[in-house]
Amino acid sequence: KFLFVCFPQAKYISQCIDEIKQELKQDNIAVKANAVCKLTYLQMLGYDISWAAFNIIEVMSASKFTFKRIGYLAASQCFHEGTDVIMLTTNQIRKDLSSPNQYDTGVALTGLSCFVTPDLARDLANDIMTLMSHTKPYIRKKAVLIMYKVFLKYPESLRPAFPRLKEKLEDPDPGVQSAAVNVICELARRNPKNYLSLAPLFFKLMTSSTNNWVLIKIIKLFGALTPLEPRLGKKLIEPLTNLIHSTSAMSLLYECVNTVIAVSMTWSFFQLCVQKLRILIEDSDQNLKYLGLLAMSKILKTHPKSVQSHKDLILQCLDDKDESIRLRALDLLYGMVSKKNLMEIVKKLMIHVDKAEGTTYRDELLTKIIDICSQSNYQYITNFEWYISILVELTRLEGTRHGHLIAAQMLDVAIRVKAIRKFAVSQMAMLLDNAHLIASNTQRNGICEVLYAAAWICGEFSEHLEEANQTLEAMLRPKVTTLPGHIQAVYVQNMVKLYASILQQKEQSGEKEAAQEITQLMIERLPQFVQSADLEVQERASCILQLIKYIQKLQIKEVPVAEEVIALFAGELNPVAPKAQKKVPVPEGLDLDAWINEPPSDSESEDEKPKTIFHDEEQRHSRHRQPEIDEEELARRREARKQEQANNPFYIKSSPSPQKRYQDTPGVEHIPVVQIDLSVPLKVPGMPMSDQYVKLEEERRHKQKLEKDKKKKKQKKEKRGKHHRHNSLHTESEEDIAPAHHVDIITEEMPENALPSDEDDKDPNDPYKALDIDLDKPLADSEKLPVQRHRNVETLKSPDSEAPLVEKKSKKPKKKEKKHKEKERDKGKKKEKEKKVIEEEEEKKVILQDLHYKSSKHKKKKHKKEKEEKSKDKKKSKKKSHHSEEETTESVQNGTLDDEPLPVSSCALAALALGEGRSQTTYDIQGNLQNDSQVTVSVIFENKSTSFLKSMELNVLDSLNTKMLRPEGSSVHDGIPVPFQLPPGISNEAQFVFTLQSIVMAQKLKGTLSFIVKNDEGSTHEKLDFKLHFSCASYLITTPCYSDAFAKLLESGDLHMSSIKVDGISISFQHLLAKICFHHHFSVVERVDSCASMYSRSIQGHHVCLLVKKGENSVSIDGKCNDSTLLSNLLDEMKETLSKC
Amino acid sequence: MLLFSRQGKLRLQKWYVPLSDKEKKKITRELVQTVLARKPKMCSFLEWRDLKIVYKRYASLYFCCAIEDQDNELITLEIIHRYVELLDKYFGSVCELDIIFNFEKAYFILDEFLLGGEVQETSKKNVLKAIEQADLLQESQNEDWGGLSEDIL
Repeated sequence: KFLFVCFPQAKYISQCIDEIKQELKQDNIAVKANAVCKLTYLQMLGYDISWAAFNIIEVMSASKFTFKRIGYLAASQCFHEGTDVIMLTTNQIRKDLSSPNQYDTGVALTGLSCFVTPDLARDLANDIMTLMSHTKPYIRKKAVLIMYKVFLKYPESLRPAFPRLKEKLEDPDPGVQSAAVNVICELARRNPKNYLSLAPLFFKLMTSSTNNWVLIKIIKLFGALTPLEPRLGKKLIEPLTNLIHSTSAMSLLYECVNTVIAVSMTWSFFQLCVQKLRILIEDSDQNLKYLGLLAMSKILKTHPKSVQSHKDLILQCLDDKDESIRLRALDLLYGMVSKKNLMEIVKKLMIHVDKAEGTTYRDELLTKIIDICSQSNYQYITNFEWYISILVELTRLEGTRHGHLIAAQMLDVAIRVKAIRKFAVSQMAMLLDNAHLIASNTQRNGICEVLYAAAWICGEFSEHLEEANQTLEAMLRPKVTTLPGHIQAVYVQNMVKLYASILQQKEQSGEKEAAQEITQLMIERLPQFVQSADLEVQERASCILQLIKYIQKLQIKEVPVAEEVIALFAGELNPVAPKAQKKVPVPEGLDLDAWINEPPSDSESEDEKPKTIFHDEEQRHSRHRQPEIDEEELARRREARKQEQANNPFYIKSSPSPQKRYQDTPGVEHIPVVQIDLSVPLKVPGMPMSDQYVKLEEERRHKQKLEKDKKKKKQKKEKRGKHHRHNSLHTESEEDIAPAHHVDIITEEMPENALPSDEDDKDPNDPYKALDIDLDKPLADSEKLPVQRHRNVETLKSPDSEAPLVEKKSKKPKKKEKKHKEKERDKGKKKEKEKKVIEEEEEKKVILQDLHYKSSKHKKKKHKKEKEEKSKDKKKSKKKSHHSEEETTESVQNGTLDDEPLPVSSCALAALALGEGRSQTTYDIQGNLQNDSQVTVSVIFENKSTSFLKSMELNVLDSLNTKMLRPEGSSVHDGIPVPFQLPPGISNEAQFVFTLQSIVMAQKLKGTLSFIVKNDEGSTHEKLDFKLHFSCASYLITTPCYSDAFAKLLESGDLHMSSIKVDGISISFQHLLAKICFHHHFSVVERVDSCASMYSRSIQGHHVCLLVKKGENSVSIDGKCNDSTLLSNLLDEMKETLSKC
Repeated sequence: MLLFSRQGKLRLQKWYVPLSDKEKKKITRELVQTVLARKPKMCSFLEWRDLKIVYKRYASLYFCCAIEDQDNELITLEIIHRYVELLDKYFGSVCELDIIFNFEKAYFILDEFLLGGEVQETSKKNVLKAIEQADLLQESQNEDWGGLSEDIL
């Protein structure tokens, strides 16, 4: 039948394809089906068969099951969302779904599960939903399973289909039941919070089911739910323990253990799991061993202690013959090291490095060694000489790709651990001397990266070099020119540093001839670099050659030059965190040096050391200021610092951050510095030295312990020393192992307000995100139809009810949250404002005033940045001074915030403070994105009196343009009842919808709130007048716009233009832009110096473009907009805002 | 799910996530190479991109599944085993040639067992019953059709 499969040669296959094409042209469906079947096979072999898509559909629609089956198989194998004929299948599939033959239906469902597209999902969701209640379980289970795919493609179907899906959890057929469990488990894993209400049902299933497949899914589901509902954890203990003890299925056991790890339950339970894992790891089955280790590594993150007790087992796994198991064990080691065992573990690993066959595993070992040693800022390294020797030993690895890693470590340690520099330099000099060993083999060029580090370290810290001449000569060898360009460049640069220090040395000791000799050497050897093909090397070398020639001239004239040459390399380089540069926020217009608050008056400042050139002072602000530090602590630290400085001969610059020291102190302070005896022969090339350090270290620790004991005794006798020492609770823990040196690990520097790099990084393309849908809400009728209605309309139709929110489902959770937040914010605000309100109580007048968003700083919610509306008020004169004051502080905040992209959602907000101390109202005008002629005004009523307010009715005098949306049948004079009553001190929110004809003009609507005040003395009917101000800016929606789109818009030529100029502007441009963004809902498109382009859009789709230019004392704004009236009104509003600046 | 021979020839592929042909080819090539490079005594799991690969060799065929991070490796191994059992029952001690010559059957069995990447039927008996009945239906129709074509001829 398919003989060609045995020898699929290209020629033969192209022949076959020709044949198939012929067959497809025939009318006989059987021949066609056979051809399609062959194509399916060819597709698997990697041939493109998309040209036959239409033929596949033909075969799919055959009436006979035989052919249909083949057609669907072919479709499921080769159709995807890009297949354009796929939409032709909709009706055929629908027909097959409703076929009386269950196998027709089954085959259609199976096929659909592979190629369902959003369109198919939308069109067929209802059909499939019906099939979930089919009489045949065979169909039911398929329909249930495929629903998951449908949900993914068409999230709107989830809510309508969910009740039925839930029913299927209790289906009489176990297959259907497990299908439903599968689907819900998958859904819940992604968005667990919506499925909490199903927990009891699943709990019942878990305790009753015996099907391991189902149990695994349910346990997984609980693993997702428990973090959200901790009470579940307790309930689960019993059934899980039973399962763990009773089950013989390893897969189930593994799932239980994994879940327990994920939700971290009680300690004893945890121990049980770790025990079980040990059994897994000890098992002879490689798979179980692997999984056991994998699970251990998860435990390690939460309970490192419980893993550490199994160190023996894990070290044993390092010897396993399976590489993947060894790698897992390596991962575990990372978390198991301590100061005590680091050397031992690394020694073991080094043995493995030697034994390892295959470069991948060896490279993995190498990276692990470095990871383990360097983790948390070299926390576990007590002896850096040892570490440097380890690194040097690692350079002897053949063919590793990770030379740069070793190099980076060498550099890092040499730069940041000052005390080690002398040793590091001597080792690096040795490496340079033996460079031929490292660089000889071209295959090993990965490792020659270490020469980069070696050359730099020797150059930079050349003052520690004992035989600088020799090293310089090593660097000038002709062999060097075979190294990669970037390494040669470093060589060239650093040999000058070396040269400079040799020169100085010789000059100081008066050996003029030796000094000239060395110059001569340089002049002789440098030309080989000048000839380099690498531009960088060439350029550096020729510069330096000229420099040295000049020096030679001076030397001949017997002018002392060393001081000047060495001045070329003065100053010290500080380590900067890799991301530091990226994290510097845009500082334009921001005076970073200005104090935001008054500088703290504590003694901190006197500790400041003279800054060296690269020291970033900003870091100090962020790290140093720790308000909790009490005087005692400070005194103690100062003491420690002094002591350290005294002991550190190389101490030249500012102290490390106190935070770091804070970690170090417990072991450091009371231990005298041990003078390490460097008797170990350092210059035996090719001999591993790290072992000797291990021994040395042991001796040292022993000695240290003895000394400490002595000291302790002394301390006791001393009866409390002069200093406040918190070390009285000394136990012989690993923390007591003091580093061999005063380890001064300089922390990497970061700018002050570094932006957090891990911002809520949810993938916007995550297909599961769309399924984050609240399922417990009652299902609205509207939801079955794709017609989307907005909640505003609904709210109005039933104003008396508790205003159920019926809105576009997918938006629901977010919006609710937002509302909630808003309210919270408003409450905060109100507290601030309370005083003001009281002041005004006597006025008995309605005052509109600004509401200031102070909290935005705390709650940096990106999604929503409320825009404040500036409302104009005639009676404001009294308050004006107050206002402008507040505005300035507020715009400073905005200025920083505006660096973030501005969100689309915007609304205007102002506060409506109603006098009399009875009730305070905040309102919020929000453009309706779905409806271009409606705005929603959310009003928060707060009862600030001691009386009970009821029967509130809000009425607004409609204008021709702006009308309040009232229930059908009511007249314009009827007010809209507020759907709640207000007990004293309570606030609540109501929404009112207004329709607008035109948005080009600002509007003010007069309104009245009538209510009944009820107190002990009886009830009175009262009224409050207010004004609602709809400014033009409140119809704008902050819309981000890219500069190219913006340019196109301006070019289009159908925009009207208008401009304004405001004089007497004193605030900075940044503040000015922030003001426009904030009050008028614009976003900055581009900013060049004191000129910026801005953009916004109205709810009716008008584009508004601005060009803002700042002169000496004035600002000119050129605006372009589709509508000239809107533009001029907007500009007028802007003028008013700006003129208050 | 992928089935491929010791020589790296693909014998069956089933994708439960939509991907372009180009990507599928790339992934297949990569996976086949990675799995074939593993030594026989190694465990059946490996990490690949952000997925976990579970594979097992039966005679000359490798069965290979890619699962997500939270999925259970052991149950996946079980799924593979179950599928092999099903093939074995259906073909009667299955061999690679069975799957080559009746590849569509192999797909049908897989489709009865898994749907959309989830286990559809945990009972071996039920899966086989469904397949047998579908085959029966096919045969009865084929008879009709055979007769018909003879008429035409």
